[in-house]
Amino acid sequence: MIQAAKEPYVSTTNACKLCKPLGAALVFRGVEGAVPFLHGSQGCATYMRRYIISHFREPMDIASSALSEKHAVFGGGPNLKKGLLTVMQKYGAKLVGVASTCLTETIGDDMPGLVREFRNEFADLGLPEVVTVSTPSYSGTHAEGFHAAVKALVEQLAVPDESGVPGESGESGEAGLAVNLLPGFVSPADIRYLAEIFDDFCLPVTILPDISETLDGPALDEYQKIPEGGTPIAAIRAMGRSAATIECGRTLFGVESAGEVLEKRRQVPLFKRGLPIGLRETDSFFSVLETLAGAQMPRRHALERGRLIDAYVDAHKYLFGKRAVLYGEEDLVIGLTSFLTEIGVKPVLVASGGNSGKLEEAVKSVTSGILGEAPETAAGTDFYQIAARAKELAPDLIVGNSKGYRMAKELDAPLVRAGFPIHDRFGGQRILHLGYRGAQALLDTIVNALLDKKQAGSEIGYGYI
Amino acid sequence: METSTETPIFDERRDQIHRTGETPFAIACNRDSLAGAVSQRACVFCGARVVLYPIADALHLVHGPIGCAAYTWDIRGALSSGPELHRLSFSTDLQEKDVIFGGEKKLHLALTELIDRHKPKAAFVYSTCIVGIIGDDLGAVCRRVAEEKGVPVLPVASEGFKGNKREGYYAACKAMFDLTGTGDTAGIPKLSINILGDFNLAGEIWIVREYFKRMGVTVVANVTGDGRVDDLRRSHGASLNVVQCSGATIELAKLMQEAYGIPFSRVSYFGIEDMAEALYSVARFFEKDDPEIMERTKTLVREEFAVMYPQLTQYRRDLEGKKAAIYVGGAFKAFSLVKAFRHLGMKTVLVGSQTGTEEDYRELAAVTDPGTIIVDDSNPLELSAFLQEKEVDIFVGGVKERPIAHKLGVGFCDHNHERKEALEGFVGMVNFAREVHASVMSPVWRFTPRRIQIASSGSQS
Ligand code: SF4
Ligand code: SF4
Repeated sequence: MIQAAKEPYVSTTNACKLCKPLGAALVFRGVEGAVPFLHGSQGCATYMRRYIISHFREPMDIASSALSEKHAVFGGGPNLKKGLLTVMQKYGAKLVGVASTCLTETIGDDMPGLVREFRNEFADLGLPEVVTVSTPSYSGTHAEGFHAAVKALVEQLAVPDESGVPGESGESGEAGLAVNLLPGFVSPADIRYLAEIFDDFCLPVTILPDISETLDGPALDEYQKIPEGGTPIAAIRAMGRSAATIECGRTLFGVESAGEVLEKRRQVPLFKRGLPIGLRETDSFFSVLETLAGAQMPRRHALERGRLIDAYVDAHKYLFGKRAVLYGEEDLVIGLTSFLTEIGVKPVLVASGGNSGKLEEAVKSVTSGILGEAPETAAGTDFYQIAARAKELAPDLIVGNSKGYRMAKELDAPLVRAGFPIHDRFGGQRILHLGYRGAQALLDTIVNALLDKKQAGSEIGYGYI
Repeated sequence: METSTETPIFDERRDQIHRTGETPFAIACNRDSLAGAVSQRACVFCGARVVLYPIADALHLVHGPIGCAAYTWDIRGALSSGPELHRLSFSTDLQEKDVIFGGEKKLHLALTELIDRHKPKAAFVYSTCIVGIIGDDLGAVCRRVAEEKGVPVLPVASEGFKGNKREGYYAACKAMFDLTGTGDTAGIPKLSINILGDFNLAGEIWIVREYFKRMGVTVVANVTGDGRVDDLRRSHGASLNVVQCSGATIELAKLMQEAYGIPFSRVSYFGIEDMAEALYSVARFFEKDDPEIMERTKTLVREEFAVMYPQLTQYRRDLEGKKAAIYVGGAFKAFSLVKAFRHLGMKTVLVGSQTGTEEDYRELAAVTDPGTIIVDDSNPLELSAFLQEKEVDIFVGGVKERPIAHKLGVGFCDHNHERKEALEGFVGMVNFAREVHASVMSPVWRFTPRRIQIASSGSQS
């Protein structure tokens, strides 16, 4: 087993996770008119920007309060306020999403308090919304940071406690029209596809966050300070009056998530599902939509589903019994495990740097009924341990982000890229993971990766496989 | 010309922008970044990491939470001809309890574990912001492990918030300096140098070393591209430190001059004149010991030039009159780039850096045409406004600048630490020209909205 429980390593080598504010910054980039802002030193923001830019190949401005030594000693409040003013004036932000960093958490800056002060001091300026989220990286990964930011947006905009704050006053439309969709950290292509599905069901939807345009936008003639697109702030405010919430990600099961906040405080019915990856998880997702729409699956999606099953059948011989190692964010690898299992691939190791405590249980649940024994899981692990274990397991296939490339190369196993970050291939932001269509795309890619390996390794030069 | 683009976007930064020839030279720099302005700068840790990272047989342990290490995992193309320990990312991955109770114990365990596992020649331990706050005594832990394990363990005081990259360079130099003077210098010939400030991106230091070899000069230590701990330890046996780049390793050269009396010269390997001058300056230095070295060097330059020049002329034909913008980390590189563009027949209309000094900017103003924008510590909003105002054809910068250029339909050339093409040396100049050519001449720009606009407004006037 990977955990080497007898003597767990103290050091981390080649982390299979990123830090918490990165997830939060991505969420804020998916809100219309918003600027992500890190309260901390300059370095963190610059590093995260570079990391995100290399994946999406899009501008990604993250402002920073740029604390220096004296601020670290005397508190970062003044710089936070100054930074907020700058972002407000120069970017024309409608919302500033402030995430803390390890530094400001450690020096104990009280961000909500500072923001309150800021609102009072500059009340006459027509301030933007300021949403804060606490994201110390010494507890949790970018995945937790992502979910925390979604929850912060919901708590601070959709269900504010203070009276007289917009949202409650029912500013527009009737209650109960839209459906809230909290898809988790998926690609811009995934979000576009989800929106299309809702469209086909004639269900109005609020997708939070929506990075489909902000992180995969068109060529422009004018540089946009804040890219177009994202979830409208008014729509977030109205989430408390929606007909239902669908929240994706099995690590959120049994957790006080954004969806649960909406359910408890505003009685918005909640449907928690896994990420809709592969046939069964997508079926479960669509069945919620059928219920909410009171209609059957639209024909084009039923056809996509049918084609997918047809492809499963056509592909089964190439796949059966192939052994796969998977790694990445927990929600993602759980979904991928579900998918691989149903096409006959055997996940032999499901690994993540995340450590939500849910991985083992979720993997068991998505494989039961097909596999006799649940695959080995490793939570809170790093690439050093994954690679060591993978070497013993000698997989036929590896599925995950770019960071497993060297391991794959060493093992001479094809790496099918999915998730984030994709730093060594083109088009990472357009990888489709979700739904019948995403499963189809993944299936084709995986089969072809295996065929390619077979072809390359054969001297015969098969032109017909 | 629109006036809106003429006004600086951030009032507070007005004096960090200068337009050549329009006003007497004045620029403010070396300031803290403006809060909220999305600076392109990094932190002290980043600077230290950049400099030390290519030392391939050392263990590089980042003491802090995971992000600081994760974002610097194998992101640069600093190649090694042997061990590749530097390509792994080690972290103590501090957790909440470590932050509360202190991280020294975890650091000690992690260091011990990693040294046992990898048997490095030395270990560098980087401190990050929160280590500075929780007050771990890095020095004490390092000393203890060094004693226990019998390898040098060097603390790098790189708390991110203690300044910008430049302080990080300084911290790195101090750590390296502690290694010098500890090895055996026997057998080092008179004609010997250390190469400082080259990180062997895309194998560049191998190109430069080859030139020196042809001149008959021995390289003792690479600082730090394809670097080795043992070479550093005996680097004080070299006769001359040849230092590239304005900031990164100059401090080490100064420390070594003070301690061992080794003189240093400053060079750049980018572009034709600078590359040739780098070799000539070394030849001049050794002329009294080896009167023929100058002749050998001249022959070398002549040979290389003969291969390179015809290729350049071809590219120049297409590139004549195109406009370039430069935004790089250090100002020294900017000089070389301005000259390189001139060889391609191109005009530099914007030049800036993250960490230049006033002197750097003054010189840049002197070598560029009137109207050229000179900027310190810029940000995406300014850079994009400048690109538009100047109708730039190619922008040279780092990965953070690329999407700005591409979004606006401007060509881009990565001249930063992540590049995968060798740009140093005479061959590097050809590679550079090829890359600029490939970007500027691509047919794709004509489809971008901004070019369509420029084209249509041009035909109207
Ligand atoms: S200090 Fe924390 S927030 Fe900043 S990069 Fe490191 S892990 Fe991330
Ligand atoms: S925490 Fe400090 S050292 Fe680490 S990346 Fe951020 S600024 Fe740099």
